[in-house]
Amino acid sequence: MHNPQLGADGRLKHLITLDGLPKSVLTEILDTAAPFTEVAEREVKKVPLLRGKSVFNVFFENSTRTRTTFEIAAKRLSADVINLNVSTSSTSKGETLLDTVDNLCAMGADMFVMRHASSGAPYLLAQHLRATGRDHISVVNAGDGRHAHPTQGLLDMYTIRHYKQDFTRLTVAVVGDVLHSRVARSEIAALTTLGVPEVRVIGPKTLLPTDVERMGVRVFHDMEEGLKGVDVVMMLRLQNERMQGALLPSSQEYFKFYGLTQEKLALAAKDAIVLHPGPMNRGVEIDSAVADGEHAVILPQVTFGIAVRMAVMSMLAAGN
Amino acid sequence: MTLPDAEQLCTQLAAQIRPHLRPDSALVGIHSGGVWIAERLRALLGSEVALGSIDISFYRDDYGSRGLHPHPQKSGIPFDVNGRHLILVDDVLYTGRTTRAALNELFDYGRPGCVELAVLVDRGERELPICARYCAHTLSESLPAGTRLSLVQDDAGHLRLESTSA
Repeated sequence: MHNPQLGADGRLKHLITLDGLPKSVLTEILDTAAPFTEVAEREVKKVPLLRGKSVFNVFFENSTRTRTTFEIAAKRLSADVINLNVSTSSTSKGETLLDTVDNLCAMGADMFVMRHASSGAPYLLAQHLRATGRDHISVVNAGDGRHAHPTQGLLDMYTIRHYKQDFTRLTVAVVGDVLHSRVARSEIAALTTLGVPEVRVIGPKTLLPTDVERMGVRVFHDMEEGLKGVDVVMMLRLQNERMQGALLPSSQEYFKFYGLTQEKLALAAKDAIVLHPGPMNRGVEIDSAVADGEHAVILPQVTFGIAVRMAVMSMLAAGN
Repeated sequence: MTLPDAEQLCTQLAAQIRPHLRPDSALVGIHSGGVWIAERLRALLGSEVALGSIDISFYRDDYGSRGLHPHPQKSGIPFDVNGRHLILVDDVLYTGRTTRAALNELFDYGRPGCVELAVLVDRGERELPICARYCAHTLSESLPAGTRLSLVQDDAGHLRLESTSA
C-alpha cells in the first residue's frame, strides 16, 4: 500500500507517523541528524539549506519545548519561522482548521509544523494540500491527539543509538500512561521497526490500551518484574488531568507502584539509560534522584531533538 | 584517457605545499576524497600541521533541485580558524561550486587569515572564478559532460582516480 508520507520516488514528503515508515527511512533520518549535531558547536550555528523558505509552527495545543526546538531547528536551517498559537486566535473566533491553513498558504508557507488535540489532523492537512494542488508544501506532525509524535520518537531513537549503538541487542521498557500517550505509540513503532528484539510496556491496567500486545510488546503490570535486565527505560509523563478521573487513586499511590526510583532502577542493567520526553513530574513518575542521576539522558534528548528536527525538515524540503 | 597514479600525485602536492607552510598552517579536507588526501599530506608534511574536515552537503547550491546528499558526514574543525592559514584540500577541481560551498562553510567557523586551495586534479571547465594555488595534475583534454571523475579508496587504503560516465 502506498504510504502517503512518501513521494513516488520514495523520498519523505510529510512526517505524520513513524508507524509504517520503512527501516531505511528511519535510519536515513538518524544518519542525517548526526552531522547536524556538530552545527551547534560552531561560531555561526546556521546552515543555509532552508534559506528563503517559510516554516509555520501552527500549534492548536500548548507546548513550549516542542515548539521551541522546532523553531530553533528551522532557524538553524536559515528558514523564516512564523509561530502561531492558534488555540488563542482564529479558532476561538470560529475559523475551521482548513480555512486557517488556506490563509497561511496564501501567506507563502513552505512547511507546516502542526500540533493538534485531534488525532489525524496533520494527515487531514496533508490530504487537503494534495487535493488542492499544493503538493510542494510539507507537513510535520508535532503531536496529534493520542496518535503520534514522530519527531519525539525519532529523537528518542537517536538518543538510544548514541548510547547503545546496536538496536538488535536491546531490551527496552516503556513505562507509564501508554493509553493516552502519542509518544509511546511513536516510540514502540520505531523500536519495533529498528529491530529491538524485546519491547516491554509497564503500567497499571487502567493506563494500558486493551489490545496493547498487538503492538508487538510484552506487558508487565509489576514494575519490578518489568525492569529486570532492561537496557533502556523510557518513562512517560503522567498527565495530571488523569488523576481527576477514576483511572488512578492518587499521585502518591502511582509513585509508589510506578514511579522510577533508584531502588527500582537497580533492577535494570548496570549501564541502563533513562529517557523522559518532558515535562517531568518529579515525585510522580520519576524520582529526583533518578532524574538528576548518572543514568538519565533527559537533557541530551533535548539537544539531539534539535538535530533530528533539522534532519527531518531538510529532508522534507528536499523531497518537495 | 589514462589517469595518473593518485598516490604519486599526493607526494607531488605535498612537495608544492611544503615551501609555503607556516607555523599556523592547517589542512581542511573536503569529504570524502579531500579528507583522504589531507590525511596523506599531513603524514608527508608533519604532524605539527593541524587537520580538519568539512562536508559541504548543507551548503550545496543544487539542494533545491537535487535534494540533500544521502549520507552527510560530520564536519570537524578541531582548532580555532580565526586568523589562521588554511589550505582547503579537494580531490578534483571542476566547476568550482564545491569550493564555493566549502568557503561559505569555513567562514561559519570564524574568519581565517587566508585560505588557499590544493587539489589533486584540475579537470577545467570552471563555472565560478576559482583557481587552485597547488595542483598536482591538470587534465590536457576535457572529459565528456556527464563523466564523473572521483577519488576512491580500496580496502587496503590505496587511493585511485576513477572516471565513470553517467
